[in-house]
Amino acid sequence: MRGEQVNLQNIIARSATTVPSPQERTGGIDPVTKLIDVSRCIGCKACQVACAEWNDLRDEVGNNVGEYDNPLDLTPNTWQVMRFDEYENEQGNLEWLIRKDNCMHCADPGCLEACPAPGAIVQYANGIVDFNSEHCIGCGYCVTGCPFDVPRISEVDGKSYKCTLCSDRVFHGLEPACVKSCPTGSIMFGTRDDMLDLAETRTNFLKRRGFDNAGVYNPEGVDGTHVIYVLQHADKPGIYSALPENPSISPMVSAWKGVTKPLASAAIGLAALTGFLHYATAGPKEHGEDDEQAVRDDEARQREREAREERDEREGRP
Amino acid sequence: MSLAKTDPQLLRYGVWTRLLHWLVAISFVLLVLSGLPFFHPFFWSLTGLFGGPTMTRILHPWIGLFLSLLFVLMAIRFFKESLFKRHDVQWLKQIDDVLTNRDEKLPPVGKNNAGQKLVFWVMLLCIPLLLITGVLMWQPLVGEEVPITLRRLASVSHAYLAFLAIITLIIHIYSGIWVKGSFQAMVRGRVSKAWARHHHDLWYEEEMEKERKHREISRRHASRRGESP
Repeated sequence: MRGEQVNLQNIIARSATTVPSPQERTGGIDPVTKLIDVSRCIGCKACQVACAEWNDLRDEVGNNVGEYDNPLDLTPNTWQVMRFDEYENEQGNLEWLIRKDNCMHCADPGCLEACPAPGAIVQYANGIVDFNSEHCIGCGYCVTGCPFDVPRISEVDGKSYKCTLCSDRVFHGLEPACVKSCPTGSIMFGTRDDMLDLAETRTNFLKRRGFDNAGVYNPEGVDGTHVIYVLQHADKPGIYSALPENPSISPMVSAWKGVTKPLASAAIGLAALTGFLHYATAGPKEHGEDDEQAVRDDEARQREREAREERDEREGRP
Repeated sequence: MSLAKTDPQLLRYGVWTRLLHWLVAISFVLLVLSGLPFFHPFFWSLTGLFGGPTMTRILHPWIGLFLSLLFVLMAIRFFKESLFKRHDVQWLKQIDDVLTNRDEKLPPVGKNNAGQKLVFWVMLLCIPLLLITGVLMWQPLVGEEVPITLRRLASVSHAYLAFLAIITLIIHIYSGIWVKGSFQAMVRGRVSKAWARHHHDLWYEEEMEKERKHREISRRHASRRGESP
């Protein structure tokens, strides 16, 4: 989303926020989902162009390294990239697997959990996970939190960027730019129920066509995603340019951001309070008059001994 | 005038030790204030002290680098006097007596007590690890190049090492307030003999012995000069 939040939707979750987010509206917003049917993709990259066009992004012109992937990876101004894989199937035939890689809009977003800046990442009632760049501080924690390696930090402004699922278009009743541009119907968009339904229809179709392991990629580990794939080989997501088999928020990220932090914060406060109360009850640790007296005695003894030694020396005694 | 301030005769911390300590201390406090906002949103308003959230994110690692460099020098300076001795273990066993100010029951204490030594060792553990984990997650200089698993490990470790260091810092600052005269010792460098005798009796004896030898040698020199003409 560009700028401050302008949509009129509830907010399911907001980064670094411990109080309730706006959620008074109960009219019922349908969660949305983008369905990417890998089996229908022809790799034309119209979606990549549409994404750049709508979002006003122009990546640097790179170099051809002998692959169809171009650019080779997501960047701060390439929010989606087509990843091409040559896969030899069980029958020894070549399959060209082309996966449109972009933010998966997890129902349980790792980026949002990791983000320390209040409101820099929000999850709207329709399920879209959006970066609010004005609140982004560029710490890169979203990258650390993401199970899909999606966010990219800009070298220009130090802020993090990724696919918005065209939240601006969707708020106004339009489908995302990539969906609109797709000539084969490989990318579909609609309510979550409709898309899950369609995904099943497509899966059944593929199964009838001999793809026994066809299936829907909607990983449970992140409570499902608002971008789902239909895969010809859903048993091996790894062959689609290392699509994670069973993604979830890393336990290290959960340990980093979980319940221990508020507890630790309270412990810090308690430590200071304990100090104060200890002072108020036990009192300061001070030396007393007895120490002063002991030092004076020590010094007197010392002077006496030295005087004696001096006398002895003068009188020539050993 | 309190007893702590009378008769400040013994040099406890030299000028370089004091300078190092306070530069490290100030950097440490700035690090805590600029780091806590990223620890928990409860502390987010502290970013206002550093010119806003993004500026806080930019400044924090540089302050950390500054502290680490100075800490190396300070650690070298404090290393020898922070080694644990047998009486330090006994002191820790009697922590009840320490906390309830029953000082007469305590075992002898050298230049530093076991609590001070623990602060040294905890910081010697935490600060290098905080530096390493901090560098691994440093945006934009390093972060992007670090493998994601390592970055996650660094992030979680950095947070909890910082927690340990902050608790240690709170105990350390409180001790300076609680033990009258110790804050002054680090500010002005000198303490009274009575203070030294009460809180660090072994060190007091050492210093007295040094003083005695010093006077003896001066006297010998004086008497030799007296004989020569």
